[in-house]
Amino acid sequence: MKRVLGGIAALGIAALALTGCAANTGGGGDDDLITVGFAQTGSESGWRSANTESLKAALSEENGFELIFNAADNKQEAQIAAVRSFINQGVDAIVIAPITVDGWDDVLKEAKDAGIPVILEDRTVSASDDLYATWVGLDFKQEGKTAGEWVADNFGAEPTNLVILEGTTGSSAALDRATGFAEAIDGTSINVLDSQTGDFTRDGGKKVMEGFLQKYGSEIQVLFAHNDDMGLGALDAIKAAGLTPGEDIKIVTIDAVKDGMQALADGEFNYIVECNPLLGDQVADLVKKVLAGESVDKAYIVPDGAFTQEDAIELLPTRPY
Amino acid sequence: MKRILKNRLFWPVLALVALIVINTIARPSFISITVQGGQLYGPLIDILRNSAPLMLVALGMTIVIATRGIDLSVGAVMAVSGAVALTIIEGSSDPNGLGTVLVAIVVGVLVALVLGVWNGFLVAVVGIQPIIATLVLMLAGRGIALLITGGFITTINSEPYKFMAQGYVLGLPFALYVSMAAVVVVALLERRTALGVLTEAVGINPEASRLAGVRSRGIIWGAYAASGLLAGLAGILYSSNIMAADANAAGLYIELDAILAVVLGGTSLMGGKFSLAGTVVGVFTIQTLKSTITFLGVPPAVSPLFLAIVVVIVVLVQSPRLRSVLARASQALRPRNSSPQGGSEVAS
Repeated sequence: MKRVLGGIAALGIAALALTGCAANTGGGGDDDLITVGFAQTGSESGWRSANTESLKAALSEENGFELIFNAADNKQEAQIAAVRSFINQGVDAIVIAPITVDGWDDVLKEAKDAGIPVILEDRTVSASDDLYATWVGLDFKQEGKTAGEWVADNFGAEPTNLVILEGTTGSSAALDRATGFAEAIDGTSINVLDSQTGDFTRDGGKKVMEGFLQKYGSEIQVLFAHNDDMGLGALDAIKAAGLTPGEDIKIVTIDAVKDGMQALADGEFNYIVECNPLLGDQVADLVKKVLAGESVDKAYIVPDGAFTQEDAIELLPTRPY
Repeated sequence: MKRILKNRLFWPVLALVALIVINTIARPSFISITVQGGQLYGPLIDILRNSAPLMLVALGMTIVIATRGIDLSVGAVMAVSGAVALTIIEGSSDPNGLGTVLVAIVVGVLVALVLGVWNGFLVAVVGIQPIIATLVLMLAGRGIALLITGGFITTINSEPYKFMAQGYVLGLPFALYVSMAAVVVVALLERRTALGVLTEAVGINPEASRLAGVRSRGIIWGAYAASGLLAGLAGILYSSNIMAADANAAGLYIELDAILAVVLGGTSLMGGKFSLAGTVVGVFTIQTLKSTITFLGVPPAVSPLFLAIVVVIVVLVQSPRLRSVLARASQALRPRNSSPQGGSEVAS
């Protein structure tokens, strides 16, 4: 109940903050602080929340930054408007987690003309790479490949039936993970029975898994879910079918959010490939380097770990997200 | 035979039966129901259970549409009620206590009712167009839900709460009892009292019914309040099914499914006469269609197209105008085939 009241209070504060913002957009903040505008996609998932927290922590005042944060609610036009407003405010640097790949050329050119370096994080853009300073992110294809290699190593020798819960159709995360996974299991005796989208949500994962179980029953031996949430949804469906997740049906997922790691530690998941949202420190470091005029690479891929059940039991108490 | 054909439930039911038959031919296990630990288990049972949230939302939508309105905010209201209930359970010291869970459910549904009353106020009192009035909450509601959960997906472990969507009573899913109870209560209120007739009167001609002494403001307000309440209950079932409050995904696009269910059931978007039984059939049709995608193994990339094509076919089959055009066309063809020379004589 307290949090409900807190939520309502926060709503009021947000309304105040909106009016407050309009009043003091002119100044670029203190001279000794680096003013950074961060245009986040929105707050669509636990992964995104962790990513936002990480950047907010890294771009804090103690670290010498003044952060202007904007979440665009997954609407590209809102995100472009936010970047334009950063340019007008004359920030020192702009960080963007682009919602879509296309449509960035104009606004990136405006930033360049204004002499403001742009650092991309998480997703990429199709615009020419001289329009932004650098990109920090993850390799979705490699994540799919790592998951596929684990399946191939453990079950590839004998015929094994596998089902896949795909992410949102058409998203780069779903496409690249599917490609990487397919490459890794190519040539093994793993038989993909079925593959359907669960839209990256628990509800979607559960409903599609129910369908798979009705269709194939206990023929299914391995499940690969493109994210933890769909895997967590599938757990309930598997239990309802009278099977034991982690034993009757082995489960591999990607993300390693807290609930996923808990399921791994509990023995219900078998393997999780990490999709690391903690990009904040790297972004902060690159902002400083770019502003100091040091040369940086165009792309930094943050290596992802992968966890077994034993790793999860060990790591769970100290995981930050 | 003619009376069956004339019944407005005939075509919706036919569409549903056709879907079940197609699925069964593709995979006979579709209609198999087995008993597993005293619970019935099978694709049809899953459809009955998973249709519960949509059933609740579509019932409310039927009443709102009957008053010539529309409620776009139902999905967002679901997200709010789930977020409220789970936040209460998460914050309590006794998440497995029946009292805690009951309080959480009641508060969650009451918050949803307040949101429904707000919609009704905007439409009935302030006089804003329903599509705009409810659009406000459709957009703002998810923001409220995100504030309540702090931007995270709140998850809980609570056996009584889990029972709402995943429990079984006498071999059947508890969620089915919830949705059927809602159908019965709404049907009794609308059809065993004058409320249904008054609602239809308001939908057919608000001005005339007002002049005839019908309190249209109260009836419209009540319709949105009921829609909010039912959406709130749907939000509880949704969050209980996954034991998580997912402010972004809960009830996403369910308003469109609900409107579709109402239309498939034969209720006109122009308001007025409505059919609760039709809506029930419409909901089962949509849920069966969703299972069909998995069962027929339609590739994910084309599944939206598949859904669209089936919906278009179902709507066309139900269109009385199209059927009468087809009937006239077949009648027009027959005499010409039997006496081709007669036609040419007239022409000369």
